[in-house]
Amino acid sequence: MTAVDSGRADTFAKLLAHNAAVRGNRPAFRHKDLGIWQTWTWSEVYENVRRLAVGLDRLGLKRGEAIAIVGGNRPKLYWTVMAAQMLGAVPVPVYADAVADELAYVLAHAEVTFAAVQDQEQVDKILSVSERLPLLRHMVYDEPRGLRDYDHTRLHAMTEVMAEGEEALKDPDVSAWLDATLAAGKGSDVSIILYTSGTTGRSKGVVLTAERCIAAARDTVAFDKLGETDEVLAYLPLAWVGDHYLNYAQGLVAGFCMACPESGETAMQDLKEIGPTFYFAPPRVFEQILTRVMIRMEDAGSLKRRMFHYFIGVAKRYGEKILNGEPVPLRGRLLYGLGRLLVYEPLKNVLGFSRIRVAYTAGEAIGPDLFSFYRSLGLNLKQLYGQTEAFLYVTAQPDGAIKPDTVGPPMPNVEIRLSESGEVLFRSPGMFTGYFKEPEKTEEVLTEDGFIKTGDAGFFDPAGHLKIIDRAKDVGRLNDGSLFPPKYIENKLKFFPNVKEAVAFGHGRDFVACFINIDLTAVGNWAERNNVVYGSYQELAGHPLVYDMIEKHVDEVNRALAAEPMMGGAQIRRFLILHKELDADDGELTRTQKVRRSFIAERYAPLITALYDGSHEADITTEVTFEDGRKGTISARVKIRDMQVYPAAVKEKAA
Amino acid sequence: MRAPDMNAGVAAGDVLLAVENVSLRFGGVKAITDVSFDIRKGEIRAIIGPNGAGKTSMLNVINGFYHPQEGRITFKGKTRSRMRPHEAARQGIARTFQNVALFKGMTTLDNIMAGRTLKMKRGFFWQMLRHGPALAEEIEHRRVVEEIIDFLEIEAIRKVPVGRLPYGLQKRVELGRALAMEPDLLLLDEPMAGMNLEEKEDMCRFILDVNSQFGTTIALIEHDMGVVMDLSDRVVVLEYGRKIADGVPDEVKKNQAVIDAYLGVPH
Repeated sequence: MTAVDSGRADTFAKLLAHNAAVRGNRPAFRHKDLGIWQTWTWSEVYENVRRLAVGLDRLGLKRGEAIAIVGGNRPKLYWTVMAAQMLGAVPVPVYADAVADELAYVLAHAEVTFAAVQDQEQVDKILSVSERLPLLRHMVYDEPRGLRDYDHTRLHAMTEVMAEGEEALKDPDVSAWLDATLAAGKGSDVSIILYTSGTTGRSKGVVLTAERCIAAARDTVAFDKLGETDEVLAYLPLAWVGDHYLNYAQGLVAGFCMACPESGETAMQDLKEIGPTFYFAPPRVFEQILTRVMIRMEDAGSLKRRMFHYFIGVAKRYGEKILNGEPVPLRGRLLYGLGRLLVYEPLKNVLGFSRIRVAYTAGEAIGPDLFSFYRSLGLNLKQLYGQTEAFLYVTAQPDGAIKPDTVGPPMPNVEIRLSESGEVLFRSPGMFTGYFKEPEKTEEVLTEDGFIKTGDAGFFDPAGHLKIIDRAKDVGRLNDGSLFPPKYIENKLKFFPNVKEAVAFGHGRDFVACFINIDLTAVGNWAERNNVVYGSYQELAGHPLVYDMIEKHVDEVNRALAAEPMMGGAQIRRFLILHKELDADDGELTRTQKVRRSFIAERYAPLITALYDGSHEADITTEVTFEDGRKGTISARVKIRDMQVYPAAVKEKAA
Repeated sequence: MRAPDMNAGVAAGDVLLAVENVSLRFGGVKAITDVSFDIRKGEIRAIIGPNGAGKTSMLNVINGFYHPQEGRITFKGKTRSRMRPHEAARQGIARTFQNVALFKGMTTLDNIMAGRTLKMKRGFFWQMLRHGPALAEEIEHRRVVEEIIDFLEIEAIRKVPVGRLPYGLQKRVELGRALAMEPDLLLLDEPMAGMNLEEKEDMCRFILDVNSQFGTTIALIEHDMGVVMDLSDRVVVLEYGRKIADGVPDEVKKNQAVIDAYLGVPH
């Protein structure tokens, strides 16, 4: 059922031609337009991509040149990726929400000569930095709205580019030329350059070749038994390796259908309508969904609410065991069956999870309770560990062998080794060939025998599953020598729904202290139910009752840390709640929503000083960037709380 | 005033609506006194003034909700004496309200669909049957509504009852309902009131897009001076029911009477 004889295809364009030939009538793309799902079959997609390729060629896109792809998940942008690959050009997807400066950096670094963009917003953004992009010759856009009066000498509507291609393809010579161009593509050609999200400074261009991408995708398609009848909702950022891998590469290899949401905000509803069979979401999405379900249940009638909580209790006891195929008493099975009928299946249906066979989560650690919740409902949720340099997969949990605190054993054909310092090294079929134009950086991450250094510290548990603790370079030491893994602590805090983000400090200090960001949805709802009145995020964040609530959470974390080997010294002594949400626009988070700890430390230096000098209040003024790039400032007086620490269970060894 | 050519409709730049010497009184209270101005086809015309200057009353006069005691209103070349709001709607005048006036329990889709009522040809019974020509008609109207939803980027709230929406979005839905009438003249009563910066910017963009894409003539009342000066082609300024200035934004900004009345002097 997988990849019927697509074994010879070594580029994505060849895979597309193959899919058009063997499953031409099966759906390849869907997109909701004007409220109605439109479907394109593989053969239609192939035709459209050919038109686009010829049209782009007419505009002058050459083999080896780079074309930026900027926008949301829209069929025409995916087709542009395919068309570029058909011509031997290199697509460079860029995050649609990148501000103009970031965009200019990537486009200039990748030396793009073309840009395919979604709409006026992106056109404006690129035009605003055009003096930094002397190589950029042409731009094509998907949505014409608002662009009518623009100068169209170097700006073209995709529909027109395609129409021109269609006209030209009536000439059999052009058609033959395109076939030859497609066939001339080699597996060793650069297939795509994906820019990393830049957790650590400027983003780097990860160069991936076609044959490696396809080899990796074949392994995982077989691993999860994906086939042409599967369906995904392509809602992840186009520029992220996850989308390019899980949806695009796997979709072309397995021949399944990619459904594009109507817009970014409708993804949840579209999910329900499409009912995908394969699904990926970062932990925070699962968290948001759970928070929303719980909030809705609080507002439900008492009968429904009681039924929900009773059967969620049943699921907690038996659900995961049933999913893992472990023995469960008959009573448990019967109750679980009833629960499925009354609660689990209706709930999954509302969320759009009814047809999911395989779901993955990755990117951050997922809270064990959260993870178990979904699994106990019968959702086959698994974790994977990977990075852009690996073309995603390094490890993944196989069906039926799931442990919430590990990321599973190495994937087929992936070799993993731990360095002496505990850093995870791997070699995989899909691994990159290097960073674009940065050989020194490539050398830095490669070992002599060709393993990639992930930069993550981890270890294997007795069953051979990998457990990741933190970024290797982030694992620090307190002044007394005890271990300080910031992310480990932050994740423990973030597992509480009320805590949206946490930033821990402690390396080279006497004790651990942290910043906390409250979750406006969860805390706001709590405030409403508890008659806590607030006018703004800032006011809610500073509310004494909110502080009391967060204090309880921190206390629980401290107790948990005290009980773990080596972690007892990392208990949180002091904390504060930030007056504003950490935001990627202000550079505090990466575009993939990871905290940039050192940047935050610099930006909020007065608060850190206050955490460590014993004061109970501190003033802070910060600059904020609005969505349109304008700047403003907000200032606040932030309170600081002291925490009690517990005696560590195990005496820790000093370094 | 030029007489518009009735056969060719009103060309861009011609006067679409002319208000001549209009006065409106509620008993002894003079809301509007002897005001004249015109709105040209295709322009964005702002009506500004301090609180109580008679701006909303002026809109209500234009769309036939109030009947002025004196003066004439000429719309698309037709001078009217007394007209009801639904007649104004039929002639192509749509509006939004200062305080959102939507059907709270109905979805975004249904609210906008309600704006199509005047365009529906089939009667009540056909529509109740929802069959044959009535169904075909409904599909056609739904397409138009979907285009508006797409235009205003409110796909995500298509099926959400508007009462549950935040204020900024409700304003957008209201604009959608007005657009569903495919009006020649769109009256917006404080479209940005109570909005945050981001919502305001979105709304500005939609107003400009409506104007440029559909060629809809827009008259708006707005308090945010930045918005008014950016958006509008011409501004008319009212104070205590009288017109004190009329012209392009730059002129109006420099007009001493306006500065005194509105922009700088505390009152």
